[in-house]
Amino acid sequence: MSSILTHSPALVMALPLLAAFLTPVVGRFNRKILGWFISAILGLTLGITILMAIQILTNGSMIYVFGGGDAGLTLPSGYTVPIRIIFHIDGMGIFMGLITAVVSFLAAIYSLSFMQKESGLEKYYALLLLLATGMFGMEFTGDIFNFFVFLEIASISSVALIAFRSNFSGEPAEAGFKYMVVSSISALMVLFAIGLFYGQYDVLNMATIASVMQFTQLDKIALILLVTVLSMKAGSVPMHMWTPDAYSEAPAAITMVLVAASQASLYALFRVCFSLYNISLNTVTIGWIIIILGVLSMFIGVTMAIIQKDIKRLMAYHAISQTGYMLLGVGVGLAVLANPVALNSFGIKAMEGSIFHIMNHAMYKGLLFLTAGALFYRTGTRDLNKMGGLANNMFYTTIFFIIGAAAIAGIPPFNGFASKLMIYESVYKFNPLLSIIAMLVSILTLASFVKVFHSAFLGPKLEQYKKVQEVPKSMLFAMATLACIIVLFGLFPDVIVKNLVHPAVMALINQTNYTATILGGI
Amino acid sequence: MIGNFPYVAVAILIGLGFYTLIFKKNLIKIAIGITLIECGANLFLITLGYRKGSVAPIYTQAPEGMNMVLPTPQALTLTSIVIGVATTALILSIAMIIYKKYGTINTDEVRRLKE
Repeated sequence: MSSILTHSPALVMALPLLAAFLTPVVGRFNRKILGWFISAILGLTLGITILMAIQILTNGSMIYVFGGGDAGLTLPSGYTVPIRIIFHIDGMGIFMGLITAVVSFLAAIYSLSFMQKESGLEKYYALLLLLATGMFGMEFTGDIFNFFVFLEIASISSVALIAFRSNFSGEPAEAGFKYMVVSSISALMVLFAIGLFYGQYDVLNMATIASVMQFTQLDKIALILLVTVLSMKAGSVPMHMWTPDAYSEAPAAITMVLVAASQASLYALFRVCFSLYNISLNTVTIGWIIIILGVLSMFIGVTMAIIQKDIKRLMAYHAISQTGYMLLGVGVGLAVLANPVALNSFGIKAMEGSIFHIMNHAMYKGLLFLTAGALFYRTGTRDLNKMGGLANNMFYTTIFFIIGAAAIAGIPPFNGFASKLMIYESVYKFNPLLSIIAMLVSILTLASFVKVFHSAFLGPKLEQYKKVQEVPKSMLFAMATLACIIVLFGLFPDVIVKNLVHPAVMALINQTNYTATILGGI
Repeated sequence: MIGNFPYVAVAILIGLGFYTLIFKKNLIKIAIGITLIECGANLFLITLGYRKGSVAPIYTQAPEGMNMVLPTPQALTLTSIVIGVATTALILSIAMIIYKKYGTINTDEVRRLKE
């Protein structure tokens, strides 16, 4: 038991990675158990992640050195920097890791019946596992080059998954091409920034770079590159053009994982701003840049969403708009980082709201995409104008949709309300206008989901959907789990904020803790 | 001065790559643009690893009394090249699928998603 815990960072990576290469073999012997095999692997990963979370939240951050030995081991020549790949998991990393584990596990369960009729399932599942590996890696690693490698693993597998359904039409391939271009440029610019760091400081470990950061002109260039490309990968306006295409063309279960994948990039953005640069940068300027990106994403995302007819495209624009909330709160936290009074009075709360919103968003947006997938599964269309009266046939899906829509619009007692209220309250103290825009966006979100609900579920039974039934049990199970999480988080937000979110925010703010855990041994 | 030439080459490669990405409308040329940026980034990394008067870090082949360079940048570049091959293969295969479905690889005509 304790050895599982000691090696849990390696196990969380190794299980899905090795299973991904086993998948074609298993699929060759028995196609029927393939889905269950994948679900079991991802369930096991989820279990280990939860164990790890308990460990980290009680005992503080976890260091895992690949190749064994002490983190402080140095070269015989007296060169004193961490020389191996070190996984460094603190409150924020494990927070994102939990999201990834839950979402990828539920995606596998949902795919059991959702993808049953498709061909090439071995490839689908292998790519899903690789995507999960990539996301875990991005969130757990403490080495910046290692981060680049996992970023590429995640983007290559998600491109292949977006383009997975190009047997019949060209649109998925088109969306995949767009995402591929965006993500390869992002990854290459990250690589260039890594080169800039390495050229100056001769180290690749993030904590070590942070401790020797001089904030020279080159560091500023690296910062601009990283902020630009990571917010592009997170899908914020004005670099959002790939988001609606990729989200709407991918299979529904994958869209849910893609949401978590773009949040992993968001996490990397926060990690760069807080852990790598922290107070050494001009936090007010960068904070305001992130706030403006957030406000633009919120507003443009929601206004574009209102006019959409395709249900998944509409939800994808809402995903952009919700990303804005996360950027807004964390941007406020970053802008007041150098000012302890303001930080304590509202900065920490704004960040707690945003970080909590990351988890809430992954849950309710996942649920909404899954209900959209359920509608597509039964009706064969994503066009809202062609749907109608489905509440008569799909009772549970309707209820799950209502829960998801209420949560995204910020209606109590669902989880969206809890985190949005925290953002409104604290951002109001920083700048009332921003808070008012955020509330306005929330109202527009509600309006747009009322429209979806009305056109898809209400109205008389349509002739062509007379024989439509409720979706299979595995899909219902995935949706029900997410709905339960949403309601529980909405009913007891204090427990979650105190035990999960607060440690995550503190891990971001306290840069000295972050560097000291690695450098303590040197 | 002459030592900075590789960095000039890096700037030219990345600049050309971005030029290709922004102004060319052929999907294959876009793939070429990405490859150019990738070459620039790789050249940048490998240039950082160069130290005047040092030899390649092959332990058994290094002459007596000479310093070996730290092999990290070389290792990084190798990894990045391997990833680049995967990226290029994937992007070209997607371009192939697009050509099959649309009958064209001109970006002005490959825009069914916009409608």
